[in-house]
Amino acid sequence: MKYICFYFQLHQPFRLRNYSFFDIGNDHYYYDDYLNESVMQKVAQKCYLPANKLILKLIEKHGKQFKISYSISGSALDQFELYAPEVIESFKKLANTGNVEFLSETYGHSLASQSNLELFKQQITQHSKRIEELFGQKPKVFRNTELIYSDEIGDFIYEMGFKGMLTEGAKHVLGWKSPNYLYYNSRQPKLKLLLRNFKLSDDIAFRFSNHSWNNYPLTPQKFSNWLNKINPKEELINLFMDYETFGEHQWADTGIFEFLEHLPNEILTQTQFKFETPSNIIKKLQPVAVAHVPYPISWADEERDITAWLGNDLQKEAFEKLYELTPYIQKSTDEVLLQDWQYLQNSDHFYYMSTKWFSDGEVHAYFNPYKDPYEAFINYMNILSDFSKRAKKASPIDDREIEINKLKSKILIQEQEIIRLKKQIKNRKQ
Amino acid sequence: MRVLMFGWEFPPHISGGLGTACFGLTKGLSTIKNLEILFVVPKTYGDEEKDAIQLIGASEIPMKITKIKHDFDFHKNLEYIEAGSNLIPYATPEDFYELTRKKIKGKKHYIETTKDGFIPFSGKYGSNLFEEIYNYSLVAAQIAQTHKFDVIHAHDWLTYPAGIAAKKVSGKPLVVHVHATDFDRSGGNVNPDVYRIEKQGMNEADKIITVSNLTRRTVINNYAIDRKKVGTIYNAVEPSKWVNKPIDKRTNEKVVTFLGRITLQKGPEYFVEAAYKVIKRMDNVRFVMAGSGDMMHKMVERVAKLGIMDKFNFTGFLKGEDVYRMFSKSDLYIMPSVSEPFGISPLEAMQSGVPVIISKQSGVSEILKHAIKVDFWDIDKTANAIYSLLNYPALSKTIRDNGEFEANNLKWEESAKKVFSIYKQAINK
Repeated sequence: MKYICFYFQLHQPFRLRNYSFFDIGNDHYYYDDYLNESVMQKVAQKCYLPANKLILKLIEKHGKQFKISYSISGSALDQFELYAPEVIESFKKLANTGNVEFLSETYGHSLASQSNLELFKQQITQHSKRIEELFGQKPKVFRNTELIYSDEIGDFIYEMGFKGMLTEGAKHVLGWKSPNYLYYNSRQPKLKLLLRNFKLSDDIAFRFSNHSWNNYPLTPQKFSNWLNKINPKEELINLFMDYETFGEHQWADTGIFEFLEHLPNEILTQTQFKFETPSNIIKKLQPVAVAHVPYPISWADEERDITAWLGNDLQKEAFEKLYELTPYIQKSTDEVLLQDWQYLQNSDHFYYMSTKWFSDGEVHAYFNPYKDPYEAFINYMNILSDFSKRAKKASPIDDREIEINKLKSKILIQEQEIIRLKKQIKNRKQ
Repeated sequence: MRVLMFGWEFPPHISGGLGTACFGLTKGLSTIKNLEILFVVPKTYGDEEKDAIQLIGASEIPMKITKIKHDFDFHKNLEYIEAGSNLIPYATPEDFYELTRKKIKGKKHYIETTKDGFIPFSGKYGSNLFEEIYNYSLVAAQIAQTHKFDVIHAHDWLTYPAGIAAKKVSGKPLVVHVHATDFDRSGGNVNPDVYRIEKQGMNEADKIITVSNLTRRTVINNYAIDRKKVGTIYNAVEPSKWVNKPIDKRTNEKVVTFLGRITLQKGPEYFVEAAYKVIKRMDNVRFVMAGSGDMMHKMVERVAKLGIMDKFNFTGFLKGEDVYRMFSKSDLYIMPSVSEPFGISPLEAMQSGVPVIISKQSGVSEILKHAIKVDFWDIDKTANAIYSLLNYPALSKTIRDNGEFEANNLKWEESAKKVFSIYKQAINK
C-alpha cells in the first residue's frame, strides 16, 4: 500500500509590544494585544475557518479515505481562545470525525530541545494534556518546533513513549536516498521517522501561485501525474506545510482552495496512493533504513539547519539569557510568570533576530513586527531583563542552589551518556 | 574624456564632509581609464611665496597651475589649478562675514576659524561673499576658454556660478553635485540669495547628482526640478588609515560620543536629552560632545541645568588624529542630525570599530544595514538604543563586526563609476 500523509502546522507567536528600557522593573506586560488580535483575526478569516470548513467537507465526501493531521502550538490555542474561539470549535468538529490526528509538540513552539531536555519534556507533556482536553485524543506522534530533529532528540522522544516523529527530508542527511519511505532513529530503531518531501510540499506551499515557475499553474491533475511518475516502489509521500498556505501565504484568489478541494478525489481515483495519518502509517509501513542526524536539522531555509533561530551572537545571547532562568522558573508556581515563560520561548522571537534576514528576506519578513534584527533583539532583551528580575525575585535561589542545579544537570547528561554507551555495547555484543 | 571639476581643497587642509567627499570621489574617478580631471579649487593666498603665483588673463586673477603626482595616492596625474578666491566650503553669508572680519586681524587665523567651525550668528550678510562667488565665476570662464574638456562638474552651490560660466563659454554640459542644500544647513530659514544661486545651478545643469534620496527629494520638491534630471549617487569612505588602532580605554566607563559641529543641523540637543534619560538608569557611562558651533553654550547650559555635568564632557573641536583617538575611546557614536544629506562620519566611526546610532533623517541611513536608526526627535528610542548597546554585549559586538565590514565595502571607486556614467549621459544628451 502507498500513502500520502498531509500534515499542517499551526502556530501563532505572542508578538511583543514596544518595550523600552524605561519599562524594565516598572511594567510587566509584554504583548502587543492589538497586533496579535488583528493578525489572528485576519488569518482566522482568510485561512483557518475556510480551510477547516473545506477539510470537513472533504471528510464528509470521502469518508475514511481522506485523512489528515495537524499540530497546533499551545500559544496558537491560547490565542484562538482569546481572539477567535470559533476556530477551536471548528477543530473540535474535525476531531469528532475520527479522520484527523493531532500531533504532539512543545507548548510554546519553543527551542527547548536545544537547551534542556527535562524542560523540553515538561513542555511536551503540557501540550499533550491540552490537546487531550480539547480534542479528546492523546498525541502519539511527535513533531518538534519547525521540524527540528537530531538523533539525540529522537532518542529522548522515544524514551518519552512516542513511536514516531516527523522531520525534514533534508538532502544533506538523506544523500542519494529518497524521503518517500519510512526511516528510523539511529539510537532507537523503534522510533520511526516520517521525512518531508520538500519538493512536492513546497510546490504547493511556496510555488503554487508563482507565475514564473515553469510548472505554473499547478492543478490536481498535474500533481497526481507527478505522483504516478514516482518510482513505484516508493511508498510514502509526506506533504508537510504551514496551514497558512491555504488562504494566507497563497491567497484565495490564487485558486489554492479549489486545488485542495479537488486534489483528494484526483489522488484517490487516478493514483494508488491512500491518505493516512502519521500514527497509522508507522503501524502499517516498515522502515527501510536508518537516518543518521548527528546535528540538528529543520525545515527552514536552504541549509535546513537551525541557524535561522540560533545562528548569530544576538540569538545565542538571548537564548542563553532566557534559559539561564530555568532553575528559577522550576521553583515557581506563579501562573502569570509561568505563562510569560512559555510565550517568551516562542521560537519566532529568535527568528526575528536572524541576520540571515538581511539576505534571505521574504520568508523571514513574514508577519515580522520588526524592521531589523537589531530592533528585535533590543526589544526582546529589555523584556527579558524585566522578566529575569521577576523570576529571580519570585523564587530566590542562592549560589549554592545554582551550583547544585548545575551539577545535577551535569549528572543527568552523564547518566544519559552512560545509558547510550551501554546500549551501544549491548548492540555490538549481539 | 576630460572633466573640468570645480571642487574644494583636499584634506588635511580643510575639514568637513564636502572636502572629504570631493577628495574621495576624485580619487575614485582617477582609477577610471580614459578619464582625465582638470581640478580647480579656490584658494586664499597670503603667506605663499609670490613667485608661485602666476597672473593670468586680463581680469588679473591669480592662478597657480600645478601638476600633482601621487601626492594623495592617485592612480594617475591630476591637473590641479588653484584659483585665488576667498571661498570656503560651508560658508554661509554669516560665516563669511565673520571670516572676512577676522581676516583683518590676521590672515593665518582665518583658516583656523573655518576648521573650528565656530559660527557665531552675525545677523548680517556679508555682501563680499556674493562678490567672491562672482569673481570665481570669472576665473571659471577664463579657465574654460583656455582649456579643453568634455564635461563640467561643480560641487555645491558656491561653485555653481563657476560651472554655469564655464558652460556658457564652452557649450559643454554641466553636472552639478548637491552635497547639501540650504534647507539642510539653515534648518528651514532659507537664505533667498543662496536659494537663488542653488536654483539657478540646478536649472542650468544637464544632470544633477544628489548624495542621497533624501536630498534628491529636496531638490525635486523644493527647487522644482524635473525628477528625470536628478539621480542619487551615494558617497563612500576612504579606507581607514588607523587599521591597527590601539584600544585606548582607561576606565570601565562606557563612552558615548557625539562628534560634529554643534549646530542646529546636527541635533546636539537630542543627544543631551537622550543622555539624561540614560544617566538616570545606569551609572558607569560618560557622554562626550566633541566639536564646536553656535549651539555649544546652549548645550553646556542645558547639561548643567539637568545636573549631569559630572557625566558629560565637552572637548571642543577635534581634528585629524584626535578624531580617531576619540573613536578609539568610544563605545558608541551617535549622529542625531535633523537633516543630513549624507553623513560620512558614521562610516569613519564604523571603520574604527565603533557601533553607531544614526538619525533616519540622514542620507547614509538609506544604505546602512548595520546601524541603529532612529528619528532624530525620538529621544526615548535613542535612549533605549544607547542603553541596549551598552548593556547587551552581543548587540554591540554584532553591530561592530558587521558595521566595520559594511563601511569598508563602501568604496569610492564604485561611486565614481556611477558618476562616470552620468558624465556619459550628460555628454550624449
